[in-house]
Amino acid sequence: MVGETLRNLLMIAWLLPLVGFAVEIFGGFWGSRKSRTAAWLAVGCIASGFLCSASALVIWGNANHWSVLNKQSHHSAGEHGEHDAHGEQGKGGHAAEPAPKAEHGSVSAQGPYVLTAAVEEHAAESHPAGPTVYSGTLYYLARIGSLDISLDYYIDSLTLVMFTMVTFIATCIHLFAMGYMSEELTEEYVDHNAHLSNGHHVHRPGRFYRFFAFLSLFCFSMLGLVLAGNIFQVFIFWELVGICSFLLIGFYTERKSASNAANKAFIMNRVGDFGFLIGLMVVWTFFGTFRFGETVDEKGTVVQAGLFQLIQRDETGNVVRDAESGEVIIGAHDAALTPGNSRKTIPYALLVVAGLGVFAGCVGKSAQFPLQTWLPDAMEGPTPVSALVHSATMVAAGVYLVGRFYPMFVQEVLLTIAYVGCITLFMAATIAVVATDIKKVLAYSTISQLGYMMLGLGVFGWGAGLFHLVTHAFFKSLMFLCSGSVIYGCHHEQEMPKMGGLWRKMPITAFTMLIGVIAISGLAIPGLVSWSTIFAFSGFFSKDAVVATSLAFVKANPSHFLLFLMPLLTAGITAFYMFRLWFYTFAGQPRDHHVYDHCHESPLIMTIPLMVLSVLAAFCAIGGEQGKLYLMLTGDQPAHVAHGVAAAAGGITLPGHDAIHAVHNQAGTLALIAAVSGTLIAWVLYGTNMVNVAEMKRQLAGLHGFLANKWHFDELYDGLFMQPAHIVGKFCSWIDRTVFDGIIHGSAKVVLFVSKWDRLFDENLVDGFVNLLGTSTFAVGRSLRVVQTGRLRQYVMFIVVGVVALFAILFTTFPG
Amino acid sequence: MAADLNAYLLVGAVLFVCGVVCMATKRNGIGVLMGVELVLNGANVNFVAFSRYTDLGLDGQVFSLFVIVLAAAEAAVALAIALNFYNNHLTIDVDRANKLKG
Repeated sequence: MVGETLRNLLMIAWLLPLVGFAVEIFGGFWGSRKSRTAAWLAVGCIASGFLCSASALVIWGNANHWSVLNKQSHHSAGEHGEHDAHGEQGKGGHAAEPAPKAEHGSVSAQGPYVLTAAVEEHAAESHPAGPTVYSGTLYYLARIGSLDISLDYYIDSLTLVMFTMVTFIATCIHLFAMGYMSEELTEEYVDHNAHLSNGHHVHRPGRFYRFFAFLSLFCFSMLGLVLAGNIFQVFIFWELVGICSFLLIGFYTERKSASNAANKAFIMNRVGDFGFLIGLMVVWTFFGTFRFGETVDEKGTVVQAGLFQLIQRDETGNVVRDAESGEVIIGAHDAALTPGNSRKTIPYALLVVAGLGVFAGCVGKSAQFPLQTWLPDAMEGPTPVSALVHSATMVAAGVYLVGRFYPMFVQEVLLTIAYVGCITLFMAATIAVVATDIKKVLAYSTISQLGYMMLGLGVFGWGAGLFHLVTHAFFKSLMFLCSGSVIYGCHHEQEMPKMGGLWRKMPITAFTMLIGVIAISGLAIPGLVSWSTIFAFSGFFSKDAVVATSLAFVKANPSHFLLFLMPLLTAGITAFYMFRLWFYTFAGQPRDHHVYDHCHESPLIMTIPLMVLSVLAAFCAIGGEQGKLYLMLTGDQPAHVAHGVAAAAGGITLPGHDAIHAVHNQAGTLALIAAVSGTLIAWVLYGTNMVNVAEMKRQLAGLHGFLANKWHFDELYDGLFMQPAHIVGKFCSWIDRTVFDGIIHGSAKVVLFVSKWDRLFDENLVDGFVNLLGTSTFAVGRSLRVVQTGRLRQYVMFIVVGVVALFAILFTTFPG
Repeated sequence: MAADLNAYLLVGAVLFVCGVVCMATKRNGIGVLMGVELVLNGANVNFVAFSRYTDLGLDGQVFSLFVIVLAAAEAAVALAIALNFYNNHLTIDVDRANKLKG
């Protein structure tokens, strides 16, 4: 029952935006361009989606008697084993309840001509330590050989928390966008940033309804991705998310920069998706299924194990490998012991390839190094898009997938993920320090924070990475919306050097932004309530979790010390550039009086989402890793995460929760020191007038230029890919022009020459002969005409003379 | 024998020459037709003579009969032409009949 209810609720939440999209996009053609109906419809759809998701979360929790929350923290070390036993007992108790495991409903829905719409439901406890996971099939798309392409669902704590988070943030952003995009509510919109060739601005009809239709489609895609129960379905919605981001980034399609940015985002994502496809192929070839969970027939027997069941892990947390060949065993490893049982295995290297392939897709989608350059450019889209697509949800899809696919990743892949995240977070943070466009700073900070998440996941902090994903979604969408409010209030001025002192004009925006900035910087006040607790906003807890995990990882593997130093250093840089942003924009004296005089606070429809989000950004993670959000999120964490993974020979040790907890305070203190010092530096440089920033910039011109040019990545890719492509193109065009055109022109010339001679031959010889025949015949006739006198008697005379002549000849020739 | 045949041949030749001269000199269409008849009859005399005096036999006589029939037919057609010509031109002078000259 529970599984069915959850499935239905999430399906409604997932499909409502699609309905909204269809109505909005078609309704837009016939409706008025000045009507806000589309926006209200979109808000209605996504808000109902949020209600469904939230109630699903509550139902899920009730079904498990909130065992997730009551579970004692893993951090009470020493009693660890005992607590696990507790968990086991608790679970045993639940099994006595009407356990969802026995449920298998077969519902045929969706109209008469639908294919097989057998809706299987299956609730299986895939992780022994965690509560129930519900998985099943919604709809069969196609069956090719043994390959089922279907729409599945896989509902666990991560799915539910993501659903609730996405729908909630999307609702706020929809509301905000209604105010932000109100300029589009017109028959004729003048785009001041798009120029025609004659120097005039582009005049076009407003596209209010279209914006909301795209937003709805985007929400549908993102929710489908989260709900997806097989990796192929993830890929389908992955691409849908990609196309939606393309449409939204290129919303101001008349602007050259916007259409370029949309193309760039789309193409860079294709690079990653190429790896994703390779990973899918490996998975399909060796595992023969795409499903995460088990496939169950109507009777409830397991037909096929899911991907997560097929990879087995032993007590040390390593994947089970064949003793002789060293290949990874697919399926139950005790079955391998019976003789004559043909086991399926996958070479270890290919398992790494599969993991790296899927991760490559995540690199593209989550803007990690080296595919990070599209995200800052994607700021060309309207600011609500930046908030929705490029901070909280779409780029989170990559991190989400890494978390979802976690059981399939082996140590080498995780190490790659960690290093990619580590490089990304440092690089993006340094660029953010010198960016002057308010949205660009946030964009780079997004990349940097995504790097933190990847790092967290890579160093075996499954909960930490995803925890940061959720908290980041709140405070980053808040900050993007604040920047949108600033941009809206300042009449589309985005350059921070032209702002300053804006808090007097827009206090709500400034205040909510400050909350976001504190949250992301990870500032905290230890011992405010009591010595053992820390008062802090959400970012502190999640970043603390990531840093602690990486410290534990580094302690276990000292050679990878950079994985701790970089995030620690970057924590300081993060605090620095975020406070720089705030001081630059809101504090101090106005630098450009024109901008200052005309700016104003945004209307309520835009500030209310800000306030709501700021509350959540501040308090959603309260309690840290003992807090409700973290426990809820990690309720179904992969089984091997809790205890860590002992190193195989020469391998990498992954820290368990005990190891992490042991260094938690140390890491938290270091991170807090870094954040506070970053904040202080920012305050000294930008909050006071003690240091001349321009002078500093001049003295560090080399470094500043390097950072301002984004580590020259655009130039590098330009040189690596664009220029060679241009050179190849030029070479091809040269070959075309010289060789192929030469051949064609030459043959044309030869044909021309031949035909010229042919013409001469025709005109002179053939025509000459025919004409000669004609003229000579004519001449003969003309000469014979003389004898044709028409005089009968003359003719007779001719006859006579002729006969006489003939006889004369006869007699003279033959005298005998 | 030979003298006899020669006599016939002579008569035939005279007839022929008379006919030809008649054709060549007469401007009257009817006269010309008469000349033609003479030529044909000259030939007939020859045929019959050869049939009588040589081993040509009956063939010569048959041939002459053919020629007579032919002459009759030719005369009928030619007279019709002459009549029509007269109707159109009010004359049968063959020298005036030069419309078809090249």
